[in-house]
Amino acid sequence: MGAEEEELPAWSLPEEAVERIALPEEWPGEVTRDWAWGEARGAGVRVCVLDSGVEAGHPLVGAVQQSVAISIEGDDVIVEENDTEGDLCGHGTACAGVIRSLAPDCELASVRVLGAGFTGSGSVLLEGLRWAIEQDFDVINMSLSTTKQKFAALLHELADSAYFRRTMLVASAHNMPVESYPWRFSSVISVGSHEQSDPFAYYYNPSPPVEFFARGVDVEVAWNGGGRLVCTGNSFATPHIAGIAALVLSKHPELTPFQLKSVLYLTATNVGKT
Amino acid sequence: MNEALRAAVAAGVLGAEEQFRALLQSVVEVARAIFRAKASSIFLLDEEADELVFEAVAGEGSESLIGQRFPSSTGIAGFVLVSRQPLVIEDVLADPRFSRETAESTGFVPKGLMAVPLLHEERALGVLEVLDRPQDERFTLAEMDLLGLFANQAAIALDLLQRARRARAALDGEGDFGVLARVAALLEQRRGEDSQASAFRLLSELERLL
Repeated sequence: MGAEEEELPAWSLPEEAVERIALPEEWPGEVTRDWAWGEARGAGVRVCVLDSGVEAGHPLVGAVQQSVAISIEGDDVIVEENDTEGDLCGHGTACAGVIRSLAPDCELASVRVLGAGFTGSGSVLLEGLRWAIEQDFDVINMSLSTTKQKFAALLHELADSAYFRRTMLVASAHNMPVESYPWRFSSVISVGSHEQSDPFAYYYNPSPPVEFFARGVDVEVAWNGGGRLVCTGNSFATPHIAGIAALVLSKHPELTPFQLKSVLYLTATNVGKT
Repeated sequence: MNEALRAAVAAGVLGAEEQFRALLQSVVEVARAIFRAKASSIFLLDEEADELVFEAVAGEGSESLIGQRFPSSTGIAGFVLVSRQPLVIEDVLADPRFSRETAESTGFVPKGLMAVPLLHEERALGVLEVLDRPQDERFTLAEMDLLGLFANQAAIALDLLQRARRARAALDGEGDFGVLARVAALLEQRRGEDSQASAFRLLSELERLL
């Protein structure tokens, strides 16, 4: 925005400001997949995988632009900005590989929030998410959650702040009737699994809190040591939506999370079908 | 009533640890049978040591596994515990780092596994694993739901087991509340006897005094 331009209204809309928030985007009469991401490869979109780390250079993952590890010592949050541990489990590499398969040109970053033991894992998750949001990633993939009630309010605040900063948080839902966070919040996209094998098949769920279903059964994924595994779980459905979100954002970088979610809804496999 | 006192009194009337262990054993045996798997096990999280402990095992692997420990945030079980997300993996041998040592120390290296966190209220108590279901069949979401149901049952059993252990610790303890637990146990044993009625009258007086 040029210095001579007036600031956009944030809290109210006076009459004379109405012109200033006229949005230039042209919405087609029908939002099609071709309009949404046709020809897109995810270029220019920064995707963060908040997980167990990512094995950089894995054939299915390729380059990882940044690897960070979060830990907590006493009251201090330690951010290791050049984490060399790789992936402590394989799971983060799996998620990164799914995103890469859908959005081959996106930038990938890894924020490792696992490996420091179970105790305190909720705090590490929270601080990792806080750090990732501060970096203004376009998409954050979170195939994990916490059940600790004491983190719910803070996670809710973080999820909302991501939403308003134009960071789309994509989080795995539970397939058990469990209260866990942050996937239950409306400011994130929550993802469950369907059984089909098409990575571009995704369904909008008219009965949230699980908002979308994506491919999550028998998915061939990247794993540690350059390996591959066939895995099932909402953990693997989530990066499918994260990858498609990266495609949409690479073609339409102006979209806010609200608009992005709407585009995903309008292009969902089950929407507009009779 | 504080926790120690509650546990102490409960110890007198609650079931013993062995009964809850039997319940856990039954869960893994049924899970193994339903999924036609080679083995199934339940790990309990020992929060103080930050370790996962084998608590029940059915099928391949043996009784000797019970009590074996490993770090709480490594391997598939560790990930499932920390992330609260169930995982199904079809070929763990393809992962050179995945808990190979743990698997080999148990004398049984599985090809495929399902792992699900055991969640009770807001706590993650442990992990249920089902190893080597027949791999010629495609995994379905219905199986995932079934796994969740078993996990729920196992979590309840694990919670009961932990309560029984806390109660037992209070009962065995030299602390002041140990006597209350022993009295509660004695009263339970003398159900219907005259001495029980007399004891309750005495306790009522004690309550009034306090």
